[in-house]
Amino acid sequence: MFRNQYDNDTTTWSPQGRLFQVEYAMEAVKQGAATVGLKGADYAVLAALCRTSKDTNTLQRKIMPVDEHVGMSIAGLTADARVVCQYMRTECMAYRHSYDAEFPVRRLVANLGNKLQTTTQRYDRRPYGVGMLVAGYDEQGPHIYQVMPTANVLNCKAMAIGSRSQSARTYLERNMESFEDCDMDELICHAIQAVRGSLGSDDADNLTINMYVEMVKSMDPPLEADHDALSEEGMSDDDMMDHGPSSSGVPPNDISDMETTASTGGHDAH
Amino acid sequence: MLNNYNSLAQPMWQNGPAPGAFYNFTGGQTPVQQLPRELTTVGPYGTKHSTASSTTGTSVLGIRYDSGVMLAADTLVSYGSMARYQNIERVFKINKNILLGGSGDFADIQSIKRNIDQKMIEDQCCDDNIEMKPKSLASWMTRVLYNRRSRMNPLYIDVVVGGVDNEGTPYLANVDLRGRSYEDYVVATGFARHLAIPLVREKKPKDRDFTAVEASELIRTCMEVLYYRDTRNISQYTVGVCSVNGCGVEGPFQVNENWTFAETIKGY
Repeated sequence: MFRNQYDNDTTTWSPQGRLFQVEYAMEAVKQGAATVGLKGADYAVLAALCRTSKDTNTLQRKIMPVDEHVGMSIAGLTADARVVCQYMRTECMAYRHSYDAEFPVRRLVANLGNKLQTTTQRYDRRPYGVGMLVAGYDEQGPHIYQVMPTANVLNCKAMAIGSRSQSARTYLERNMESFEDCDMDELICHAIQAVRGSLGSDDADNLTINMYVEMVKSMDPPLEADHDALSEEGMSDDDMMDHGPSSSGVPPNDISDMETTASTGGHDAH
Repeated sequence: MLNNYNSLAQPMWQNGPAPGAFYNFTGGQTPVQQLPRELTTVGPYGTKHSTASSTTGTSVLGIRYDSGVMLAADTLVSYGSMARYQNIERVFKINKNILLGGSGDFADIQSIKRNIDQKMIEDQCCDDNIEMKPKSLASWMTRVLYNRRSRMNPLYIDVVVGGVDNEGTPYLANVDLRGRSYEDYVVATGFARHLAIPLVREKKPKDRDFTAVEASELIRTCMEVLYYRDTRNISQYTVGVCSVNGCGVEGPFQVNENWTFAETIKGY
């Protein structure tokens, strides 16, 4: 979109009824690396492509646990994402303190949406430049919610956001019907294959995929996490967030063709 | 309260009238000081607003059985030693999972109940079929009551919270004015704590929960004993029952008085 006379302020409408600043905030989300979320009958899974800057070896975390039953992955400005994540963590903590129960995911996300909305209606604030996929599990089952800088909150069966995420969305659309019957490992495979479609030509080397699996609490005792094997393959194991069977049930051969050496330019967004 | 979810938004206007509040007509120069009660300066001769209870409810008894809970309380609200309001329900159905039995200062009970009702309305406004669980309400009440107690401005109440959670597991707890709460198969406030709890504990089978019939029989016996011995109650009472089959307050029932034992007691 091109610059015009209606895009200086969040609080200025265009004659077509658009808020350009808010739409520009959406562009920031499209700059971030792709992330995918999908859910089955018992699990909600998030997968995110991590960009590693050439100069540093540390990973830019894209998946952030919020509470025992909720986590989110982000695309866009990481600074804004940190602030939003901090807010959600505080809300969940306060809810647990008051009510000795987990914050219902739907209400948490509605609360977040309201907070984001205030930034689109004040002259002295700007929208948060981060899109989020929130995965959670509560008494109503697994959830995937997409939250955007426009303060739109969408309940999704599956979703992908970030750069080149259209191919991920296409993959998810094609396979959506089978998610209900998938077990955890199959869901994880689907997530990885979906996010694979968003690899760019410059993502060819040293790729890392973060995984987050949210699952039923009443599972059998967790399997032993096979972290060593995974770190040999260059997979990050510190993002295997779970409190049930370990998500390291990912078959190795699926990952091995993902990892190569990194080279992406220094992007602000991740 | 209804705007809980947008507490980060700035108020729409400043220094102006709020709905239901007195408007300060000093032209915004000096806002009226609204100190909390515990910080207000004393009146003439050191007088202060009293925190003593005026109208009080007596015992509430709660018993947990295999598929639910029962809460019983008589229908009297006393004014000191006078039996002033004789037909007051003190067991409340909060939502389809929760019963609340209130004793202590009845104005405080009504105040917190209004607050709780507001919360239930907010739950309904969320329109997602999630209702508050009894454990959550009990937890919330401990936070509120402890906070008030720590500010030296307590809500002078002792309540029993009972109900069933989503899986049908019964829950029964007692929360008092200091913010202390505990769960058990029998909880009570007031005189019932001394008279009824030992009675129920004695009858508890070691290896299983009470059945509904046993619980109901125990309630009847305990309310009878309380009527004989507690001098601040009457013989009419209501019983709230919350189980997987439903939640409601039944009654009013009358105690089956039998004073023939009185002549065997010498000196009282």
